[in-house]
Amino acid sequence: MANVISDETIDYVGILAKLDLSAEQKEQAKKDMGRMLDYIDKLNELDTEGVEPMSHVFPVSNVFREDVVTNGDDSANTIQNAPEEKDGMFMVPRTVE
Amino acid sequence: MAKEYETVIGLEVHVELATKTKIFCGCSTEFGGAPNTHTCPVCTGMPGSLPVLNKQVVEYAIAVGLATNCSITQYCKFDRKNYFYPDNPQNYQISQLYLPICKNGSVEIETAEGKKQVRIHEIHMEEDAGKLIHDEWEDCSLVDYNRSGVPLIEIVSEPDMRSAEEVIAYLEKLRLIIQYLGASDCKLQEGSMRADVNLSVREKGAKEFGTRTEMKNLNSFKAIARAIEGERIRQIDLLEEGKQVIQETRRWDDNKEYSYAMRSKEDAQDYRYFPDPDLVPIQISDEWLAKIRDNQPEFRTEKMKRYKEEYEIPDYDIDIITNSKHLADLFEATVAICKQPKKVSNWLMVETMRLLKEQDMEPEDIRFSPENLAKLILLTDSKAINSTVAKEVFEVMFDKDMDPEAYVEEKGLKTVNDEGALRKTVEEVVAANPQSVEDYHNGKQKAIGFLVGQTMKAMQGKADPAMVNKLLKELLED
Ligand SMILES: [Zn+2]
Repeated sequence: MANVISDETIDYVGILAKLDLSAEQKEQAKKDMGRMLDYIDKLNELDTEGVEPMSHVFPVSNVFREDVVTNGDDSANTIQNAPEEKDGMFMVPRTVE
Repeated sequence: MAKEYETVIGLEVHVELATKTKIFCGCSTEFGGAPNTHTCPVCTGMPGSLPVLNKQVVEYAIAVGLATNCSITQYCKFDRKNYFYPDNPQNYQISQLYLPICKNGSVEIETAEGKKQVRIHEIHMEEDAGKLIHDEWEDCSLVDYNRSGVPLIEIVSEPDMRSAEEVIAYLEKLRLIIQYLGASDCKLQEGSMRADVNLSVREKGAKEFGTRTEMKNLNSFKAIARAIEGERIRQIDLLEEGKQVIQETRRWDDNKEYSYAMRSKEDAQDYRYFPDPDLVPIQISDEWLAKIRDNQPEFRTEKMKRYKEEYEIPDYDIDIITNSKHLADLFEATVAICKQPKKVSNWLMVETMRLLKEQDMEPEDIRFSPENLAKLILLTDSKAINSTVAKEVFEVMFDKDMDPEAYVEEKGLKTVNDEGALRKTVEEVVAANPQSVEDYHNGKQKAIGFLVGQTMKAMQGKADPAMVNKLLKELLED
């Protein structure tokens, strides 16, 4: 494995992904990530000079909808996904301002 | 010797577009619905849901770009901006980083210092987040996703402004252009226009920019002006003490007139943008662009020119009326009904402006209809009501937008044109005020004014003052 992931990197990625990793999981994640980066290095061996970066697989563009209201009150369904509910709203831990 | 400093300001302005539906789903954008009643799996980020772009959003964004001299990116895409926050149910915001729809524009502003171009770096389309309400009682936050997915454009200026005055001139110019386009109502108080201020200071003549801070939570022009002044002084004080300005986001507290560093949303601004695979690219053809260009409305400069040719009203009135799209629309619609531009302009310039100022309202908040204003003007013209009564009726109409004809009828406010009844009252007033009559005969012309007043009072204001005057003179000269 050519790529070695540092403890700092894995901690930082953990914060960004909101994951609380145990020491064992961190070691495993470091290995997995190293292998992924090795694979990217492999891909980078290809000469892509003059090749446009691709973001979409299908040659489709301009998929639009008209500006017409088609949805009604779906709050009952929406609120089912709330961890806790109060006054029709999602109740979450207090956010810092 | 004290150093001289220059303030450098750039703005990020978010504008909520006036579409009926959200940017990627058919949920209503209507303001003020009960919490979460305008939501669906798309705008609450449910796995497996698929966003489909609202065509009107693209058209509004292009229209604003054209009106601000931008070049339009004819092949553009959406990207995901990744961050975790409860107001953002997808854990990413769909925005544009790599290929924003408009680039390299400019608008001309005018201040006491003269005219100046403010360059626009880019305009991109994105979605709004949900609304967080802090519940002190439960010590938690509550989320309403009605606003999640409401379309926004973000207009990013270059750091071209040097004072609060220039910033406000720029915002007013943007607001006017966007209102003329009908792309948004741009109300700062209600949040349909929001400005983040990026500000740094540097020694006069310096080439490099200083370290900038970003200020949020500015919801009026006054707050913006105060926040700029407050932050300018804070940064200069730091530099004078030999300290450094830290690049950070600050929240302006307009009550305390001070900004506070916002604790960062759990570390780094590492948004890991990447193209959104759920949304296909947008290709804007020359034909599509031409069609939008052809449909651009008459903007202020053209409107001012036309008013000058079409209506005989003073330049000052034209300036004020065209400075609000709503006022201009109201003016034109009322004139179309009653055909009296001068009188319509007077009602807007005098009574309307007075009430707006008294009630701390913007012209966009005017509620009365052109039909009702026209009716009121015609009522005065036909002498059915006198000007004092007209003003009273107008005040009620300003609040309630009722039909002035029906109101005048119902309240019995019509001018009494029955000369017999009026003559009787005049005789009574003359009999009751011998001193004034004597004063008048002794050459005090002013005394007649008092008698007119007394008669109007006795008639509860419902008399034609000219007729009262005439009758009084007849009686006194006898
Ligand atoms: Zn929706």
